[in-house]
Amino acid sequence: MAIDRFSLIRQGEKIAVAVSGGKDSQTVLYLLNKLYGGVTAISIDEGIPSYRDATLEDMKEFCARYSIPYQIHSFEHAFGQKLETFLQRGAPACRSCGVLRRHLLNKHAQGFDKIATGHNLDDECQNVLMNLLKGTLSLASKLGPMSGVMKREGFVQRIKPLYFCSEKEITTYAFLMGFPVRFNECPHATDGFRSAVRDRLNDLEFRQSGTKLRLIENFLMILPALKTIPEGMLRSCTNCGSPSANAVCNACKTVEAFAHA
Amino acid sequence: MHIFIERTNEKKQIHFNGTVVQLLAALKINPEAVIVSRNHELLTEAEHIQTTDEIQILSVVSGG
Repeated sequence: MAIDRFSLIRQGEKIAVAVSGGKDSQTVLYLLNKLYGGVTAISIDEGIPSYRDATLEDMKEFCARYSIPYQIHSFEHAFGQKLETFLQRGAPACRSCGVLRRHLLNKHAQGFDKIATGHNLDDECQNVLMNLLKGTLSLASKLGPMSGVMKREGFVQRIKPLYFCSEKEITTYAFLMGFPVRFNECPHATDGFRSAVRDRLNDLEFRQSGTKLRLIENFLMILPALKTIPEGMLRSCTNCGSPSANAVCNACKTVEAFAHA
Repeated sequence: MHIFIERTNEKKQIHFNGTVVQLLAALKINPEAVIVSRNHELLTEAEHIQTTDEIQILSVVSGG
């Protein structure tokens, strides 16, 4: 299990669990609450119509069922507009959503020792292959069961307890446990490249069982070498104070570019 | 057999007798990408299904 193998959680640590309402986040929240207790669930509401409202309702039901403290923080409250408005103003869907979500998650997880996410074996395999195929292998240094290259002030480290669990295993578990999950995708998840990589990986896994796990085990062997690639100067955003590789963080750049007409 | 494919919100009615993995092959669906249930009971790939069954095919790809 990833938690034991990589010492992802130490005794007494305060853990926030990033939850979207999907099968992965419900599963990781359930398991961490059962194993450690005292976790807090945090959702970021991008305001995606006919999707996010429903998954947040699933999450509320789940947290009530298992008596888990639950926080929801919205794009509209933080940035003055929902994701749809950013997209209407030309922001790239998945990239801007990811930047803004991670920014809010880090902000609201201050005071916690770690943020656990539901990222799984399939996610990691796709990310590794996509970085390799795009020629951005240095970005892969940010992957792995524990994110980040080095500790930085204000950055709450992210961990992936489901690192070795496949999407199929997690879906099976969520189904058998009767979690209130909708098996649907974000309407903006139109990354053709990721879909192509996912489909090819599933084809290979079907033909040669264990392909995904072997890919990740081999990636983990080279990850220490990738982490020696200089990350650049670490600083605080001059606008919001969040950890940033540049003078202004990506979240503030996104808001500046797409939040004002 | 009535089949509901959740990812595409598609309902089909076909005549089929065989295993789950054979049904998925006939529908050109990769077993790695789905789980299959009958009357909300999970089925293994080797399980035999009959033409009178009500089958749900759920995508393991979800979220965004």
